[in-house]
Amino acid sequence: MKVLIVAEIKNYTMNFGPQHPAAHGVLRLVLEMDGEVIQRVDPHIGLLHRATEKLAENRTYLQSVPYMDRLDYVSMMMNEHAYVMTIENLLQLKVPIRAQYIRVLFDEITRILNHLLWLGAHALDVGAMTVFLYAFREREDLFDCYEAVSGARMHAAYYRPGGVYRDLPSKMPQFQPSKKQSTSEINKLNKNRTGSLLDFIEDFSKRFPTYVDEYETLLTDNRIWKQRTVGIGVVDPDRAVALGMTGPMLRGSGVEWDLRKKQPYETYSDLDFKIPIGKEGDCYDRYLVRMEEMRESNKIIKQCIDWLRVNPGPVISNDNKVSPPSRSEMKEDMESMIHHFKLFTEGFHIPKGEAYAAVEHPKGEFGTYIISDGANKPYRLKIRAPGFPHLAAINEMTKGHMLSDLVAIIGTQDIVFGEIDR
Amino acid sequence: MLMENIFTQLPEIFSTTLWTILKIMAIVIPLMISVAYLTYFERRVIGFMQGRLGPNRVGYFGLLQPIADALKLMFKEIIHPTKSNNFLFLLAPVLTIAPAFAAWAVIPFDAELVLSDINAGLLYVLAMTSIAVYGVIIAGWASNSKYAFLGSLRSAAQIVSYEIAMGFTLVGVLMCANSLNLGEIVIGQSGGILQWYIWPLFPLFIIYFISAVAETNRAPFDVAEGESEIVAGFHVEYSGMAFAVFFLAEYANMILVSMLAALMFLGGWLSPFDFFPDGIVWLLLKVAFLLFFFLWFRATFPRYRYDQIMRLGWKIFIPITIFWIIFVGFMMQTPYREMFH
Repeated sequence: MKVLIVAEIKNYTMNFGPQHPAAHGVLRLVLEMDGEVIQRVDPHIGLLHRATEKLAENRTYLQSVPYMDRLDYVSMMMNEHAYVMTIENLLQLKVPIRAQYIRVLFDEITRILNHLLWLGAHALDVGAMTVFLYAFREREDLFDCYEAVSGARMHAAYYRPGGVYRDLPSKMPQFQPSKKQSTSEINKLNKNRTGSLLDFIEDFSKRFPTYVDEYETLLTDNRIWKQRTVGIGVVDPDRAVALGMTGPMLRGSGVEWDLRKKQPYETYSDLDFKIPIGKEGDCYDRYLVRMEEMRESNKIIKQCIDWLRVNPGPVISNDNKVSPPSRSEMKEDMESMIHHFKLFTEGFHIPKGEAYAAVEHPKGEFGTYIISDGANKPYRLKIRAPGFPHLAAINEMTKGHMLSDLVAIIGTQDIVFGEIDR
Repeated sequence: MLMENIFTQLPEIFSTTLWTILKIMAIVIPLMISVAYLTYFERRVIGFMQGRLGPNRVGYFGLLQPIADALKLMFKEIIHPTKSNNFLFLLAPVLTIAPAFAAWAVIPFDAELVLSDINAGLLYVLAMTSIAVYGVIIAGWASNSKYAFLGSLRSAAQIVSYEIAMGFTLVGVLMCANSLNLGEIVIGQSGGILQWYIWPLFPLFIIYFISAVAETNRAPFDVAEGESEIVAGFHVEYSGMAFAVFFLAEYANMILVSMLAALMFLGGWLSPFDFFPDGIVWLLLKVAFLLFFFLWFRATFPRYRYDQIMRLGWKIFIPITIFWIIFVGFMMQTPYREMFH
C-alpha cells in the first residue's frame, strides 16, 4: 500500500542568545521547537567564565574579596559575606556584634537591590516596560548607600574577615550644583541626605513600602501579567528539592527553607521577620514570594537601624593577625607596625583545614568552600552558586511551554551569569 | 497666477494628473510629519510616565529629534542577509507602507476636504488595511531568519483574526449610518455629543479600539515584534531606510485607525457642543486623544502571549460583536430605533 506523504513535519532548532535581549547577559540556549512549542532546551554556559576559583588560588585571602563582588554582580555584598564567613569559620574568628548588624543591614539592602533588578528584568521580559524604570529609580538610592559606606556603587569590597572595613559614615555624600542643575534643584535632591547614612536608609525604608505598592499596582492583579505567569514553569516541592533549588525558587514551590531561619548566622536569630512561601510553584507564586521578601527585608533593615543607632562599638575584630591595626597605632607601636606590614605583604595564614559557609543569598544558597593547606592563599576555593542548579532545571521547567513562556521562566529564575559561569 | 497659467496651457490629462499629485502630497507630507512627531510624542509621554525625561537635547525640548533620527536612518546601509530573496526583501517594506498611505485617500478631514469621496469608502479602507499583512509575511519569509519567520507567522495570524472582529464592529456602524461613505457616516452623527455612535455602539467601540491596537501590532499585542522574545520579529533583519519604512507604516497605521475611530464613533470633525463651530481641529483633537491611549497602553501593560491573543480575538471579541450587531438590529425594529438612528 502506498502512503501519500503530504509534507514531512519535523522540529526545528533555534538559537536563543547569547545576544538576545532576554538572555540576561550571555545565556545561550539551543531550542528544539515544534512550531511555537518548546520540546527541548539545551543551555550553553561558559561565555562569562573568568576562572574566579582558580584566580583565588593565587592570591592572598584578602585579595580575593573583590572577586566575590563580581560573581553575582547584582548582589555584591552577599557574595563577600559567604566568603568572609568561611574564612572566619576556619580561623574561629569572633566578629563584633556591631559588625554583624552592619552586615545584616547591608545583606538586606543587597537583597532589595537584587530583587528590584529581578523585578524590573522579569517584567521587561514579559513586556511591562515601566516597572523596570521604577525599580531602577529605587536602586539608585541603594547604590548611594553602597557608595557612602564603601566608596563604590557596585563592587564594594566592604566585608572583611573579622568584620567590615569601616563604621557607617556620619555624613552622606551630597549632590553639588552644576551648570545643568540649579541650587534649588540640588537642595531638593539633597533633602534626605543632610543627616548620616543611617538617616538616609531610614528615610528610604519609610518610603519603600509605597514603592512596592506601586509595582504591585502595575502587576499583581493585572490580568495579562497573571495570564503570563500563572501556571507557567511549575515545579512541585519534591522536584524542587531534588533539583537542588534554593531561595525563592524553592520557597515558591511551598518548601519553607531559608538559611536565615534554619541555620541562623550573624544576628538573624534576634531579628523578627517572616519567610514567605508560595503554593503552586509557578512563576506567579515566585513573583509574590519575592515581592513579599522585599517587604520583609525592609522590616529587617528598620530593626537593624534601631539597633545600630544606640549601640556603638568596634566593627572589625581586634585580632591584628587578621585585621589591620589602626593607623595611629601603626605609627607608634612596633608590633602594630609589623602586623600592618605582614598583613599587606603576605596576608594572613589560615591553619590547615576545610570549611563551608553559606548565606541566604537573594537567589538561594550561596556558599563557599575553602580548603586550606596552611598557606596564605586557599588550596582550593569552591563556590556554590544558586543560579547553576536553577538553570540546569530549565529544560524540565519549559517543556511543552511556548517561546514566550521560556522568556518568563528565564526571568523567574533570576539568572545572573557572573555566578553561574564564575 | 503662475499656477493657473500652467494649468490652462497644459493638455487636460496632464493638468488633472498634476492636480491630483499635488493633492496627494498635501495629505502625505503632513502625514509623514505627524508620524515623525508621533514618535517624538511617544518617547516623551512614555518618558514622563516612567519618571524620566525622554529626548530633550536635539533642538528645543528635543523637537528636532525625529529629524535627526530620520537623517541617521537615511544614511545607514541597508544590509541584505546572504540567503535572503533580494527582490521580496525590498518589496516587503513597499507593500507595508503603500496601503498604509493609500487608505488615506478616502478619509474626510472636513465636510469638503476629502481626496476621493467614494461610496464604498469604508470597504476600501478595510481592503487597504488587509493588504498590509502581505508586507509583514513577505518580510518574514524573505529575510530567511527563524526569528523573522516566527514573527511574521504570529503577525499574520493576529492581523487576520482581529480583522474579523474589526469588520464586525464596522458592520454595527454601517447599520446605524446606512452608508459606507465615511463622510456620510460622520454627518449621520451630527447634533452634538449625544448623537455620536459611541453611545449606542459602546461595546463595539471598545472592541474596535482594542482590535485596532492589535491590528497595528502595538503593545500589549506586539507579539509580532516581541522585543524580549523574538527580538524584533519580522523586521529583525532590516536596517536603515528599509527598517524606517516599516516603522513609518506602523505609525501611519496607528494614526489611520485612530482617525477611523474618531470618524465612525466620535463624530469626526463635528464639535461636541452646538455652540462651538465644527472643523478639522475637532478631528485632530479626537485623533490625538485616541493616540494617547496607544502610548498609555504601551507604558502600562505586559505583553500577551501569542495563543492568548488568539483566544481573546476569536472566543471573546467575535461573539460579543455578533451579539451586539443582532441586538442593534433588533432594537431598530422597536420604538427605540431613534437611539440607533
